[in-house]
Amino acid sequence: MISSLSTVLSPVLAVEIPYWGQTSLRVLGGLVAILLPAGGLVYVYLFKMMSFMQSRLGPMEAGPYGSLQLLAEVGKFLQKEDIVPAKADRLVFLGAPFVVLISTFLLLLAVPFGPDAWFVDLDTGVYFAMAVSSVSVIGILMAGWGSSSKYSLLGGIRAAGQLVAYELPMILAVLGVVIQAGTLNMNEIVFAQANGEIFGFGGIGNPYILTQFVGFAVFLIAIQAELTQPPFDMPVAESELVAGYMTEYSGLRFLLFFIGEFATAGVFSAIAAVLFLGGWYVPFLEPEHNLYNVLGPLVLMAKIFGVAGLIFWFRFTYPRFREDQLQRLAWKFLIPIALVNIVITGVLKVVF
Amino acid sequence: MSDFLRSYLTVAIFGGVAVALVGVLLGLGSFLRPSRPTATKTMAYESGVDPVGDMWSQSNIRYYVFALMFVLFDVEAVFIFPWAMRLETYGYFGLVEMAIFIFILVLGLAYAWRKGMLKWV
Repeated sequence: MISSLSTVLSPVLAVEIPYWGQTSLRVLGGLVAILLPAGGLVYVYLFKMMSFMQSRLGPMEAGPYGSLQLLAEVGKFLQKEDIVPAKADRLVFLGAPFVVLISTFLLLLAVPFGPDAWFVDLDTGVYFAMAVSSVSVIGILMAGWGSSSKYSLLGGIRAAGQLVAYELPMILAVLGVVIQAGTLNMNEIVFAQANGEIFGFGGIGNPYILTQFVGFAVFLIAIQAELTQPPFDMPVAESELVAGYMTEYSGLRFLLFFIGEFATAGVFSAIAAVLFLGGWYVPFLEPEHNLYNVLGPLVLMAKIFGVAGLIFWFRFTYPRFREDQLQRLAWKFLIPIALVNIVITGVLKVVF
Repeated sequence: MSDFLRSYLTVAIFGGVAVALVGVLLGLGSFLRPSRPTATKTMAYESGVDPVGDMWSQSNIRYYVFALMFVLFDVEAVFIFPWAMRLETYGYFGLVEMAIFIFILVLGLAYAWRKGMLKWV
């Protein structure tokens, strides 16, 4: 069945498209790849899973089982007044959501969705992803500083301190994967996992979660902190800082920050899935198969929801860290563990 | 244009798309939303009472040491990436070299730790 499907699809997949056509298609695909996981994560996890974990039903009125709730929310936020504080640094205040969203969009570029279904095939893919993911710190600092509110300023500074601290474990955790794969190209990392073998057994490839489970754990904790989600939500702690750096934002701008957080959660999950779970590859179908250009995005989407499920499970379960505990976890535990992981991976790579 | 430059053109285009998406959404909203700013409404939020003093007041930034250490470790990461990629070619030589490099950095972290810089002050 699979082979007959691929003979039908192969003439379609083999068509050469000029650069501008390709780029337009990629932009469309990118919008889908940002908005679909973001909306899906908000509905499945924030609206439904969180409600069930707290013994309530969650939204039920808009659409079947409340599935159109998010659209209703967008419609509501579109009509809200857009208030800019009188004392705010106007340009910085208004520019902040743009910077945060740019960071999310550029981060998505590094994710491959199939052997030929990528946005850009950068040879420095991992490096690029780590670089653009830190741009969001600037947006958050802009929001905190530009708002001219004490809550915002405190939240912005806390967020900057946290994002900076957790970026290091994230980078160091990824290095283990780079050592094993021997490449920085995200698509080649997927191929390396698909063609890899563990102790001579190559049936299911070698998804790096099996050998880099320490790196995976550190990476998950780090992205949790990068998203400023509970238990790392000190910068937006509503019981003490109202909404942190988002306090002064109202209406659509607030929604953009909010949706941006979930879009970033989706993209970070995608990167975790590519680096540690084999990306668009499924076992028992060789990775050069043309079918992956159709099947790959679906497989990756399933893996995104799997990783995001873990992230949101932690989010709904654990109480908040105190600020000093949060910094201690990053500097005294995660960074040394990640460094040891790098050294051990390097030694094993050279010796075997 | 070379493939290398082309991929960065795509990067620039995606950055533009992000700006356009936010701009279009906000532009669309401006047709729908009311705009009646008053002095009370545009006041900074401080739990419902009148804000006290200047918003950009001096506050104790406790994290500047962390920021310094971040720069240190970020530079380290820049050096480790190319090494990690080519480790198979370098073999034992590369391994020992990087062990020394990481050891020196861990020494720096241990020094900061010993000096109590990683603690809440």
